[in-house]
Amino acid sequence: MTEDIIVSGRMNHLIDPHLEVWEWQIPAYLFLGGLAAGILFFAGLMVLTGREDKYPAAVRKAPLLVPVILVLGLFFLFLDLKHKLFFWRLYTTIKLGAPMSWGAWVLLLVTPLSFIWAALNIRELFPRWDWKYDILKKLEAFFRKYRTYLAWAMVLLSVVLGIYTGILFSAFNGRPLWNTSILGPLFLVSGMSGGAAAIVLMSRSREERHYFARIDLLLIFIELVLIVHMFMGFLSSTQTQIDAAQLFLGGKYTAPFWIFVVILGLVTPAILELMEIKHKRIPWVAAPVLVLFGGIMLRMIIAFAGQVSHWNV
Amino acid sequence: MRYAMAIDTKKCVGCSDCVVACQTENNVPLGYARDWIREINQGVYPHLHMEIRSERCNHCDNSPCVRSCPTGASHYEEGGIVKVTKNKCIGCSACIVSCPYDARYIHPDGYVDKCTFCDHRLKKGELPACVSVCPTKCMYFGDLDNPESEISQLLNKRLHKVLIPEAGTGPRVYFLH
Repeated sequence: MTEDIIVSGRMNHLIDPHLEVWEWQIPAYLFLGGLAAGILFFAGLMVLTGREDKYPAAVRKAPLLVPVILVLGLFFLFLDLKHKLFFWRLYTTIKLGAPMSWGAWVLLLVTPLSFIWAALNIRELFPRWDWKYDILKKLEAFFRKYRTYLAWAMVLLSVVLGIYTGILFSAFNGRPLWNTSILGPLFLVSGMSGGAAAIVLMSRSREERHYFARIDLLLIFIELVLIVHMFMGFLSSTQTQIDAAQLFLGGKYTAPFWIFVVILGLVTPAILELMEIKHKRIPWVAAPVLVLFGGIMLRMIIAFAGQVSHWNV
Repeated sequence: MRYAMAIDTKKCVGCSDCVVACQTENNVPLGYARDWIREINQGVYPHLHMEIRSERCNHCDNSPCVRSCPTGASHYEEGGIVKVTKNKCIGCSACIVSCPYDARYIHPDGYVDKCTFCDHRLKKGELPACVSVCPTKCMYFGDLDNPESEISQLLNKRLHKVLIPEAGTGPRVYFLH
């Protein structure tokens, strides 16, 4: 029997009795960032593979959401900061060892990029849009000329945006539950899956919905494989990680994780999409909504459970 | 110059003088602690074993907090002391989340704070507050790079351990058995 007490009575705010420094703002940003990454990835990919006209929602409609999503996400990140007035310090240096620094700079690039792409496609929303000023018209012509470069930038930067948050979590020594290199790819695939789901929801073309539902099915399958590997990794690692994994294997977060993330967020939409492929009649909104729900729950549960997990000193 | 601290667990009685001295010396806000006393009891009566430790930031060689800071607010200073530059800290809590020892906290003013090995006292040639008040004189502080220093000689003579060595952090606070 072991009894471990801090007898001098430490009760540092947000640190004791267990770590709680990150609240809803962080999972909310993680979800929005991943979703934005997924949408931009497919938009760029469809342009580069010449399927722009086949999949208009992916290339022109869904990206209209991304500037809003990113600005909202950045706002949530800002809300989380405890020393807000100094946020600009993020942009006075690049720290290659700090994924948070990579993220700050990538967002600085991706956000204007998403605004530019949305501006190029503004006529999806306002068919008679007129830029009015010459300079703006010239800018539109300029960006339209270099669309391929913009598409390349979207594909590459969106992958960084989608994966860095997972890498960020996995690089924190102090949280054994996050200390797995699977987390980066898991968040990336989850973000792409969310992007595909958003495209399905926004599309008016049956063919496009089918195509992205199939992509989503593949991504869900990959996510399930990654989750299995994540647990295999924990259970074959040090005692600390075996203990951390218990949070999902009988501990506090078992039910939320397996029910909300795996069953409702991954397995059910996969079954629904499989049934759709077999031409059974399913309300096509069901699967993408569940996927998005699963995405936000994944990030919330991992963010909170990770803060509970700790080393035994 | 590599500063380190050694604490003789055979002599520590857990009186918490080090905790109070630190809070007084560094104007630690009420309710916060930069160092603390941890008591670990193992076994079943009457076969009991107790260890008392005075813990704080370990000013690690390979500190995850310095590595994860996006603004460079967490940095190394002379002697390997890990410090936080207040006006570069954005309060993102990345360092707090990355510390396996839970050594950091967010100061009510918004920036991140922790033990500084009392570097303001070191500059004047004094010892850290906690070391200087210990009634059993079980705490030692000095330069590991100096083989003649008290701490180097103690670490040579006595069996010692660090906390969570497997975390790869390279802590500089040693506990003498």
